[in-house]
Amino acid sequence: MMAAVPIAHVLTVAAVLFVLGVTGVLIRRNVVFMLMSLEVVLNSAGLAFIAAGQHWGQPDGQVFFILILTLAAAEVSVGLALILQMFRRFGTLDMDAVREMRG
Amino acid sequence: MLTAFYITSAVAIIATVMVVVGRHAVHALLYLVVSLFAVAVLFYLLGAPFAAALEVIIYAGAIMVLFVFVIMMLKLGPETVAQERAWLAPRTWLGPAVLSAVLLAQWVWLLGQESSATIAASEIGRTIPAREVGVSLFSQYLLLVEIAGLMLLAALVGAFHIGRRREGRGS
Repeated sequence: MMAAVPIAHVLTVAAVLFVLGVTGVLIRRNVVFMLMSLEVVLNSAGLAFIAAGQHWGQPDGQVFFILILTLAAAEVSVGLALILQMFRRFGTLDMDAVREMRG
Repeated sequence: MLTAFYITSAVAIIATVMVVVGRHAVHALLYLVVSLFAVAVLFYLLGAPFAAALEVIIYAGAIMVLFVFVIMMLKLGPETVAQERAWLAPRTWLGPAVLSAVLLAQWVWLLGQESSATIAASEIGRTIPAREVGVSLFSQYLLLVEIAGLMLLAALVGAFHIGRRREGRGS
């Protein structure tokens, strides 16, 4: 059960996913889409870790993928709570609506 | 097997593009689930079945369900699609997209420089079972597990504190 995939190709896929996620964060104004793009970024980092771990035949890549998963879960829960609170206070999901750091 | 890898990669990339340019939040979320499933298949093909299972269970399962709940709670009307279309004008996305494309081109070029020296995953790589991952996680990286648990607790408390309704104050 092993694909003889060159490591550079896996890393290229991870790079494409990463850049797509970064582009999503940059071009969207809707916070929900920005958070989804952040998920894509974290996921691509996980793919790079798995690729490196498999390349060296060590379980460390999967260990760090698990830690990235934990980080993503924590980030999403706090981020979604922030989105809910923002929607309650401003009635919009527009990121530009909260650019003033007024309490 | 190699063909499966490239097909799955294409599915992941196309689904992610649909997430980034999507207009409807729920549709974009479904495309994101497709992308996560595709990445899980990639993990399996690379020989990491435990990571593939975790990707499906936690990412595509738990985290996406959280997204669905929040989108349902926001009660977005049909006018949001038109709003998204107005927000995603070419004037807005052209600059960042071009810069990211330049970054990606450089990145892929650099990886291409390396490709002659790299070894195919099958030469050293092998399927790493969950047992080895667990042993490594709970011996070598035990401190990291503790820290991750603390971070989850902090996120739990933080999300509860931020997300609750404040009765008296607030604008």
